Amino acid sequence: MIPLLAVLRSAWRKPRGRAGAVLLLVVILAALVGPWFLPDPLAQPDILQGSLPPGPGHPFGTDQLNRDVLARVVAGARVSLSVAFLAVMLSATLGAAVGLLAGYWGGTVDSALMRLVDGALAIPRLFILLLVLAAWERVPLAALIFLIGATGWFATSRLVRAEVLRLREEGYVHAAEALGARRVHVILRHLLPNAAGPLLVAATLAIGDVILLEAGLSFLGLGVQPPAPSWGGMVLDSKEVLVSAPWVSIFPGLAIVITVLSANLFGEALRDAVDPRSA
Amino acid sequence: MSRVLEVENLKISFPGGDHTRVYPVDGVSFQLERGQTLALVGESGCGKSLTSLALLQLVPPPGRIETGSVIRLGDTDVLALQGEALRRIRGRRIGMIFQDPMTSLNPVFTVEDQIVEGILAHFKMARAKARERALQLLQEVGIPDPEQRLKAYPHQLSGGMRQRVMIAIALAAEPEILVADEPTTALDVTVQAQILEVLDRLRTSRGMAVLLITHDLGIVAGRADRVAVMYAGQIIEETSTGRLFANPSHPYTQGLFASVPRITGPLKRLNPIRGSVPAPAAWPSGCRFRPRCPKAFDKSELEPPLLPVEPDHLMRCWLAEQQGAGTRQEPGTKS
Repeated sequence: MIPLLAVLRSAWRKPRGRAGAVLLLVVILAALVGPWFLPDPLAQPDILQGSLPPGPGHPFGTDQLNRDVLARVVAGARVSLSVAFLAVMLSATLGAAVGLLAGYWGGTVDSALMRLVDGALAIPRLFILLLVLAAWERVPLAALIFLIGATGWFATSRLVRAEVLRLREEGYVHAAEALGARRVHVILRHLLPNAAGPLLVAATLAIGDVILLEAGLSFLGLGVQPPAPSWGGMVLDSKEVLVSAPWVSIFPGLAIVITVLSANLFGEALRDAVDPRSA
Repeated sequence: MSRVLEVENLKISFPGGDHTRVYPVDGVSFQLERGQTLALVGESGCGKSLTSLALLQLVPPPGRIETGSVIRLGDTDVLALQGEALRRIRGRRIGMIFQDPMTSLNPVFTVEDQIVEGILAHFKMARAKARERALQLLQEVGIPDPEQRLKAYPHQLSGGMRQRVMIAIALAAEPEILVADEPTTALDVTVQAQILEVLDRLRTSRGMAVLLITHDLGIVAGRADRVAVMYAGQIIEETSTGRLFANPSHPYTQGLFASVPRITGPLKRLNPIRGSVPAPAAWPSGCRFRPRCPKAFDKSELEPPLLPVEPDHLMRCWLAEQQGAGTRQEPGTKS
């Protein structure tokens, strides 16, 4: 698929695109292989000692339960990144499906779906999530991913629909219809691949949003449940030792900033590649 | 000769203001024989493209084909078809190529993908076999080095090559009729001739019927067997190409010929038809060409039927009653 490859290549050529991509890859790599080389993030070797500053053996120090902060940040990366990627995949899929359907079928189907989206967009996402999560004690990780994904596709569906409305008038779509292509075929082969660029941009930018959202929810104690490490949860735990052991909060905080920043940098470079006018 | 397509009293309507409907195609009838090329000629907005789209029920909404219209494809009543049955004739019985080869190919797929797609939409066969067919089709439309071209993406091909690929795709399901809607308008003049050549060759080798839609009388000469000239949603003159060029009879057709620049003969100012085609909502009563016609007379206020000028030569003008009085055989059909 030429446009998608071209978009990626053009984003890679931009300094911020490359910086974002490299940073993001480093975070992903650390999340994937880091835990093999680091101590157990749940281990508490000598609980009475607590809160060791960064030093040999513990590059990021230890928290008040004497758990290795680096190990926990890396393990938190696994959790936060899986939540982000899976939730974004879910919302991108839902958004693409609804947008393709509404845009291609048009008429009543389009009106019904788009009014639904209008309604959903009128309610703040955080409000819906807080409502459900507050009522759900110790929410399982899979449910959290589902909830974040299922509340994130509304804007994407609008974007895809707008793209489909444009593509529907392309010569090759008319030609395919005139030559007897099936509707499913037109949607999957002609519309989806040509709408993939904007969809990829939206999904990449959504990664940063979802990481922040998950961190926020976990900070409120409503997201990833302890003892599973997550960046938001670690910042929450650290608030008792904020002054005496600042490293316990600084490192997970930095991890959030770097990951969100790199996802947004890369996403913006992608957006500029898809639509140079926005640069 | 066997008749492959019959269009009778085709009317297409769109909603106008105030619950009225306008008729950009208003009572068009024509037939197409096997191995024949019929040219549908007219200015922009005369309804020729819409007519061609109607053949496959592709009139864009909110347009509608009115009841009473008949489109017969062999013995299939096209307008009675819907869903899967309709899809099966699109491409399979009637293939279409469009004006702009730059946009008619999907930029994200190779030529091979797109031809194979056309084949597999109608035939069950292995992909490898379909690929063989795609290769043959590229050879048939005269693409050099077809093996390489199969792997090319549309942006790697020139306009003429792309239109050849489009023709190959339209032929993928071996239709008995090929509708070419301004197939050369977007191309260089030299490439135009090559593409028309390809269409001509295919018509002969496959015994296909071709409906050639164009605004260019120059393309019609020597390519088409018959010509139907359209104006304001109606066919206003229909005859063989030879007769039309020898004896253009309708004042509109004469106007078209007068507005074509000539290379030979004395240098003269061009003589264009004054005004432009009115919008469908503003078509006058009586003869629709009346406001622009230099020969309009009192009877033009009545709507003329197709009247014979000479044998096998019809026109929608009352003047035929004077010119054609001697050769008149049958009353024209009232639309």
